[in-house]
Amino acid sequence: MNLLLASLTIGFILSLLSAGVYISFRIFHMPDITADGSFALGAAVSAVLIVQEVNPVVATSAGFAAGCVAGLVTGMLHTRFKINNLLSGILVMTALYSVNLHIMGKSNVPMLYETTLMTMAAKLPTLMGSEDVVNILGWDISNSDAATFLFAILMIVAVSVVLNRFFRTHLGTAMRATGDNPDMIRALGVNTGNMITLGLCISNGLVALSGSLLAQYQGFADVQMGIGMIVLGLASVIIGEALVGSAGIGLTLCGVIMGSLLFRLLIAIALRWGLNPTDLKLITAIFVLVALIVPRFGGKLTHRKQRSSHASDTKV
Amino acid sequence: MLQIQKFDKTFNRDTMNSVHALNQVDLTIEASSFVVVVGTNGSGKSTLLNAIAGTFLPDTGSIELANTNITRWPEHRRARFIGRVFQDPFKGTAPGMTIAENLALASGRGRRRGLKQALNRSALGVFKGRLASLNMGLEDRLNNPIGSLSGGQRQAITLLMATWLKTDLLLLDEHTAALDPRAADQIIRLTTDIVSQKKLTTMMVTHSMNQAVSQGDRLIMMHKGEIMHDLSGAEKSRLRPDDLLTRFDEIRRSEQLDSSAAQLLEANYV
Repeated sequence: MNLLLASLTIGFILSLLSAGVYISFRIFHMPDITADGSFALGAAVSAVLIVQEVNPVVATSAGFAAGCVAGLVTGMLHTRFKINNLLSGILVMTALYSVNLHIMGKSNVPMLYETTLMTMAAKLPTLMGSEDVVNILGWDISNSDAATFLFAILMIVAVSVVLNRFFRTHLGTAMRATGDNPDMIRALGVNTGNMITLGLCISNGLVALSGSLLAQYQGFADVQMGIGMIVLGLASVIIGEALVGSAGIGLTLCGVIMGSLLFRLLIAIALRWGLNPTDLKLITAIFVLVALIVPRFGGKLTHRKQRSSHASDTKV
Repeated sequence: MLQIQKFDKTFNRDTMNSVHALNQVDLTIEASSFVVVVGTNGSGKSTLLNAIAGTFLPDTGSIELANTNITRWPEHRRARFIGRVFQDPFKGTAPGMTIAENLALASGRGRRRGLKQALNRSALGVFKGRLASLNMGLEDRLNNPIGSLSGGQRQAITLLMATWLKTDLLLLDEHTAALDPRAADQIIRLTTDIVSQKKLTTMMVTHSMNQAVSQGDRLIMMHKGEIMHDLSGAEKSRLRPDDLLTRFDEIRRSEQLDSSAAQLLEANYV
């Protein structure tokens, strides 16, 4: 039960990452690998500040802001200097590895005894007079685990609501149109370069926020923790779209959250069944590969079906 | 008023593929005149429109629109004064977004886009009213994605979007060429209505000789990046499709095109 709850909590934390990847990948059609670097960047900045006794709220916000800056750099490289979008991401991600090491001063910063957002959330129920163990749906769960779980949900719900509203504003619709038809929106007076840069800012800010929260949840930041995060985000986005389709932004965001959770659960189950953790990234990559290929074959199949039904129509 | 002076542009300069696309073009267009632009393939007529829209910047020369020098302005900045409809019906609208969202984007053309919600009840009411003026039944489909519409419907909406706000110049780049004859007819009628109603300064590139003679009050024929003929007033209104073809023929003869090219020309223009 604890394993399930922990998986779901991490799933909710990582759904922030997926929301960020959704912006770069689905709105701008750009698999932005900066995410690998900015995830660890958010964790590193927050961890170092928290170790120096800075208020965790400030430390987490600083992590978010650092991610925004990383996205800004990638966006500028791509739109101002006309560097290929994948390459801009790769350059920034590579540079961030050294930056993160510099920020942390070593490859791992533990914060087991520090006050983090997660420990603050965990203490809240006891302060409010709750019992140490709460019973939810017949399961006994420690109140601190339940609190961090709820806190993770609260974060992603708040972010989703803000994003959903933002993408319906004049600025947000212009940003979506930039991905959908750049020629058209330029003819309507929008600087597409600025839109992409701003979008990547928000995207990487969310990715860094996710990294910051995950570090605080697990009690340490590690310079390696960002590796493969973009693929994990893509997997969640793809699962999410398979679940709910891509009808509207709000719905798609819900799908992306569900995708993150489902993916976390699948991994937890696979590990429980004896999957070697070494193979985790390989399995993730293969999963994304399959998810990207299958729709193509599916499309061919339905196409063939339509054609054969068409042929029978003409016979009649 | 639009004033182009000695506009010169060479693409791929100093390479094998160097193309002198616009050659010292001088052109002045009075306010609220409707100019039709014709020319052979590669004559520079679309290039001229793109030059005015700011898709690329000139090597030399200048452009003034409404007494403002816009020569060095990027495309998105000029959009405040210029409305455009492209040849490709897929180019003028965002297919993944709804009709209402597309119109909302057009209603903010060239302005700062803030954090106000793009769609509200009063905006939707305005959208409905103006869509109804198209007589295409689109006012009941505000929440349908643009991608689900036909080419003619998309082009009609693009035209509506390009003229949504006051425009100093409307650029139409063969905007009926990709449509079937009926839809093309409908779009041309709509164009005439909007242009005459709002007294818009308009430049229309066309491949259709009928459109070229029936529309507009001035005609420009381009060839090899230069303006070969410039007809207006009575000369323009007397013009018949045959006269135009004769002029194309003259160009052909002067260029000594081979007969296959001449056939191609005829197939394209008659």
